[in-house]
Amino acid sequence: MQVKLKTKGETLVVQMLGELDHHVAGTLRAEIDAKLSGDKVKNIVFNFHGVEFMDSSGLGMVLGRYKAASEKGGKVLACSLSPAVRRVFELAGLPSRIPVFGTEQEALDNV
Amino acid sequence: MDNYMKLEIPAKSQNEAFARVAVALFAAQADPTMDEISDIKTAVSEAVTNAIIHGYENAPKTILVSAMLLENRLEITVVDYGVGIEDIEQARQPLYTSKPELERTGMGFTIMENFMDEFSVTSAPGQGTTVTMTKIFGGVKAEHA
Repeated sequence: MQVKLKTKGETLVVQMLGELDHHVAGTLRAEIDAKLSGDKVKNIVFNFHGVEFMDSSGLGMVLGRYKAASEKGGKVLACSLSPAVRRVFELAGLPSRIPVFGTEQEALDNV
Repeated sequence: MDNYMKLEIPAKSQNEAFARVAVALFAAQADPTMDEISDIKTAVSEAVTNAIIHGYENAPKTILVSAMLLENRLEITVVDYGVGIEDIEQARQPLYTSKPELERTGMGFTIMENFMDEFSVTSAPGQGTTVTMTKIFGGVKAEHA
């Protein structure tokens, strides 16, 4: 999986390309946590535009970052979910905690 | 049309993608929909990941993945010879996980159950775990119509 992290003010945008499973979740978690441990970043926008596959290991990584961001008083949002990713998201009831938007800009506007 | 496949892999996380794609490619001969392929990939990924994390606790021992295609039914079996499950009912509860510290969500069995048409788990402590799940192409309703 290829990951691009960019910071916009207090928000970290995580752009992912590939398949989000147990094999890649640990590395991605470490990369995000390194940014989140800084003073400035407290919100995360997960952009799923390039993610064609996610299973419960991906869910666990997203939920774990939700907890970490919440502890800093931040928010976690998601955007550009494919139908397959959306199905896993909804089965786990994530949208009640992590709002889902159509585009990255919409998500950023709602931080 | 009737056909089968067997795959033997060590419990390494890089084999999660290999196993789910292999089964999805095997399933392709039944002319499934995109959603059906997606369901199969997700369910296989969950079963193989469980075998790696829970069954073998990351020791690279053998996982067997097999699939059998009979008309419009694809029966997939994922077997490990690891620690086994003490309380299967508890393990099947949505959001229950024995490893919350690893950011497991406890959604693996729930996803397999929801994404496949039939699902069963056989396990005992020290005896390993066998997950069997079936996808009925065209859906259960189509088959009984």
